[in-house]
Amino acid sequence: MQDAPLSQDKPILAIRDLHLEFHDHGRPEVVVEDLSFELRRAEILGIVGESGSGKSMTALAIAGLLNRHALDCSGTILFDGVDLLHCGRATLRRYQGDEISMIFQEPMTSLDPLQRIGMQVEEALRIHRAELSAAERRKMAIRAMAAAGLPDPEQVYGMYPHELSGGMRQRVMIAAATVLKPQILIADEPTTALDVTTQAQIIALLRTINAEDQTAIVFISHDLSLVRQLCHRVIVMRKGVAVESGASDEVFRNPRHPYTKALVDAIPKVVLER
Amino acid sequence: MRYVLKKTATMLATLLVVSLLLFVAFQLISGDPATRILGTGATPESLAVLRSELGLDRPLVTRYLSWLLSFAQGDPGVSYVYNQPVATLLATKIPVTLVLAALSFAFMCAMGIPTGIICAKYAGSPVDRIVMVANQVIMATPPFFSGILLSWVLGMGLHLFTPGGYVSYETSVPRFLGYLVVPCLAIALPRAAQLAKLLRGSILEEAGKNYVRTAYSRGNNTSGVLFGHVLKNAFLPALTFLGMSLGTMLAGSLVVERVFGIPGVSSILLASIGNRDYPVILAIVVLIAAVIVVVNLLVDILYKVLDPRIGEE
Repeated sequence: MQDAPLSQDKPILAIRDLHLEFHDHGRPEVVVEDLSFELRRAEILGIVGESGSGKSMTALAIAGLLNRHALDCSGTILFDGVDLLHCGRATLRRYQGDEISMIFQEPMTSLDPLQRIGMQVEEALRIHRAELSAAERRKMAIRAMAAAGLPDPEQVYGMYPHELSGGMRQRVMIAAATVLKPQILIADEPTTALDVTTQAQIIALLRTINAEDQTAIVFISHDLSLVRQLCHRVIVMRKGVAVESGASDEVFRNPRHPYTKALVDAIPKVVLER
Repeated sequence: MRYVLKKTATMLATLLVVSLLLFVAFQLISGDPATRILGTGATPESLAVLRSELGLDRPLVTRYLSWLLSFAQGDPGVSYVYNQPVATLLATKIPVTLVLAALSFAFMCAMGIPTGIICAKYAGSPVDRIVMVANQVIMATPPFFSGILLSWVLGMGLHLFTPGGYVSYETSVPRFLGYLVVPCLAIALPRAAQLAKLLRGSILEEAGKNYVRTAYSRGNNTSGVLFGHVLKNAFLPALTFLGMSLGTMLAGSLVVERVFGIPGVSSILLASIGNRDYPVILAIVVLIAAVIVVVNLLVDILYKVLDPRIGEE
């Protein structure tokens, strides 16, 4: 569990009445309904809920990775004065990988299997900092890899994804996502595919990134004990609707919505009493 | 490097086995070359003399080994019919067929790869649909038929090229190549259509993978994702197809040579089959096998270059 963020200044990301609806399955299917929340600078915000609650779709919406052709979107996702939900793709790409980055649930498949690690960590630099020389890019990539806790980053730089374990690959993903020190890091169940020890290390790493670089993190998870350990604030989602939100300590100690109660009750007692 | 050596050793072993099988097969179906050469009216004495001249009275293993040795030195024996070294007979013909096949291969890549990429990039669009339907038709058209059709349209109709106006590469290399363009198109078209379809499917399959989403999340545009990540991954399945294509193209060349009157290996191969001129047939077939096996070796090596996951335990 963390202290509340130091800066309580105005939000860097504001989501208003986000409404996402699939329309390519014949009958429309609402996945996110009238969701509103804000993300403050250097805050870790948890979004919890079971599969199908719309939490991952929300994450993809913020990262600009939704397939807009298959969706009806309404509402706004305001970042830096721009509505990320409705702006052009070129505008979106300016932020992707630079100010807003994302890491995913499947570190095993989220890296290009045929490209060396270094090239993948550097990709955002090649796109957003074309003026940098190859040597400068390499230096920044290795620094980001070291910061992500990769042992011997110089060597890992020249390796391929299949030569690394799942935990290492997630560290590579984190290094690639934070190489430009984005304002927002979206983490969609980043530890689900990892064993418990590795999971704890990745959580610690996210906490360090948040503390050292003031990076705001949106942490998507179905694991309440993880969310409670890591997040300052939490939103509980169910079937596309936010049923409860607040300081994570408060929400977990004093759940008001029956669904949150049920979720909290489902956490093994050992974890809660720790 | 060890991988390459291992693959090369496998290739050599394959070639040995293939040549042995072919050699033995031709001995078994042979009939008697001596009778073939001298005719049925020859005396047993003259037949025996010729047999020993041709070395046919020696044991099979000895004959195979001596054939193999001289073949490896570039001398695949003497033709029964033309009474000339096979090497001399084939010397001017093999380059023609090889150039025809290689050029067809280049045409296939030049047409198939861009078409596949464009169709994948604009999948579902009218362009994609039209091309894919046309593809289906082209795929079903055998080279000899498209050859005749192309001759008719480009030669008789548009006068862009003279059917039957083959120019030897010894006379003029540019005009030689110029004449080969239409035959190569005929050979390459159906394979190019298949390649385009394969590559399109492969690109679309790769496009749904997780690393593509990652690439977009870093600010790539569609071209960046396609050329930076997807294409290399999508190319792996196409590589095997490319390897197999060269064999098909050699075979296709033999047919198309007939249609366009190109003096490649085709005419002498067919004549030799008719004449039971086994040294010639054996040499051509073993050479074709060698080309195919070598190309497969190259494909294996390319796989290793493209995909670091191959050849590791």
